[in-house]
Amino acid sequence: MRVIEKRQLMSADEIRRTLDRLAHEIVEKTGGAKDLGLIGVRRRGIPLAQRLANAIGASSKVEIPVGTLDITLYRDDLSTVAPQPVVQSSEIPFPVDDRDLLLVDDVLYTGRTVRAAMNGLFDLGRPRRIRLCVLVDRGHRELPVEASFIGRTVETTDTEIIEVRLNEIDREERVVIMDRVD
Amino acid sequence: MSHRFHHLLAIEPLSREQITFLLDQAKPFQEFQRYPLKKLATLRGKTIALSFFENSTRTRISFATAAARMGADTMNLQAESSSLKKGESLLDTIHTLEAMKPDAFVIRHSSSGAAEFVSRRVDVPVINAGDGTHEHPTQGLLDALTIRDRRGQLDGCKITIIGDILHSRVARSNIHLLAKFGALITLCGPAMWLPRELECLAPNVRRVPVLEDALDGADVIMALRIQQERIHEPSLPADEYILRYQLTPARLRLARPDAIVLHPGPMIRGLEIDPAVADSSQSCVLEQVTNGLAIRMAILFELVAGSSDPQEHVKDSAHASD
Repeated sequence: MRVIEKRQLMSADEIRRTLDRLAHEIVEKTGGAKDLGLIGVRRRGIPLAQRLANAIGASSKVEIPVGTLDITLYRDDLSTVAPQPVVQSSEIPFPVDDRDLLLVDDVLYTGRTVRAAMNGLFDLGRPRRIRLCVLVDRGHRELPVEASFIGRTVETTDTEIIEVRLNEIDREERVVIMDRVD
Repeated sequence: MSHRFHHLLAIEPLSREQITFLLDQAKPFQEFQRYPLKKLATLRGKTIALSFFENSTRTRISFATAAARMGADTMNLQAESSSLKKGESLLDTIHTLEAMKPDAFVIRHSSSGAAEFVSRRVDVPVINAGDGTHEHPTQGLLDALTIRDRRGQLDGCKITIIGDILHSRVARSNIHLLAKFGALITLCGPAMWLPRELECLAPNVRRVPVLEDALDGADVIMALRIQQERIHEPSLPADEYILRYQLTPARLRLARPDAIVLHPGPMIRGLEIDPAVADSSQSCVLEQVTNGLAIRMAILFELVAGSSDPQEHVKDSAHASD
């Protein structure tokens, strides 16, 4: 089975403008960013959280702390995935108790990653609120999970793959829809 | 993937890359020890058979706690338990436990090679928690993790190991591990516990009979416990051992000023180590205990969390390729 690029969903410029809009929405709906903490879900949630924190910090004149979360230990499919995954560090340099947390990830799909991320956060304390921000919502939920802030909603088929490519990790900046072909 | 494991039986056959991988995997679990809620569900529904055919307190509690924090259940076989006293064979005991379908065995036994013997006869991963005078691989790994954290790296460390090297599986695992990272390994102790053959264990191993000479330039010092239970020949009187081999503040000053002190425990204050050294800022004894939990959680994750298809494990087995 091969995977081919079907079409581009977002250019670098569109990613930048989408993140700017999301940062504005977050500030507007948060009512003061004082207790806000952003948590990037490994891997591509991390640069997205960092960029959003910079934009929110610039407009609200508050430094927004950013943590990173590795969900490997909280996955529900460990006994079926191959090869066996590698655990990485979660680095959350602020107490989560009573915080207003915003989880940031690149793509919202089944909702299972978000479920795992929330379990991970609960091990660290009791946040006042957890909201979710994603760059792309592609549908096909398997759990009752929805995002509070969505960059782009796109209809997809089961065989399609949304690839978010970011300069910090992939040395290119765009979002593409790939498809599996026989 | 060649760096993945089926069993953890010894340090000797592992590559540098495999060791580095396991130490790196322990890092998230070190952080986890500081979480307010120390309970994962990662190994929920898995059972670990803790099979201690030889007395153990700290290693057994460490494995039991690691399993509990990963969400696994444990079966506990202890040396004092009756089936061993009644004369049941190792293999019969293991088969009995295996019939209860554990997902892994942790084995401690007084015979060298016991863990490997069991690994050839069961279908699940086996972790060696100490076999006779052979190896104690999780201790070697937790010591390496402690050294790496304090020094920043393992490469090129100068370690002096003091005491009964001959009977020490902890020393053997450490020697094999650190030699792979180019360490200079100095062994010191009474002549009867320091046979020449020890220099053949790994490259850069030397014997220095006088402690003052052995400590010169060392940046890691490991004091070992005198293991009365493994010694059958007439041994050195305690006061003579203290006089010549006890790690005292004066002797510690002969090593590098930033040298760290390790002890696998249980530590006998006033015998192999002076209390002032044991409680000094150079002592890493309690860090070793915390790191032991992290290493054991990482190893349980590596061996038990993945696919349960035995065929897959055979393909990935470190031993099949070594």
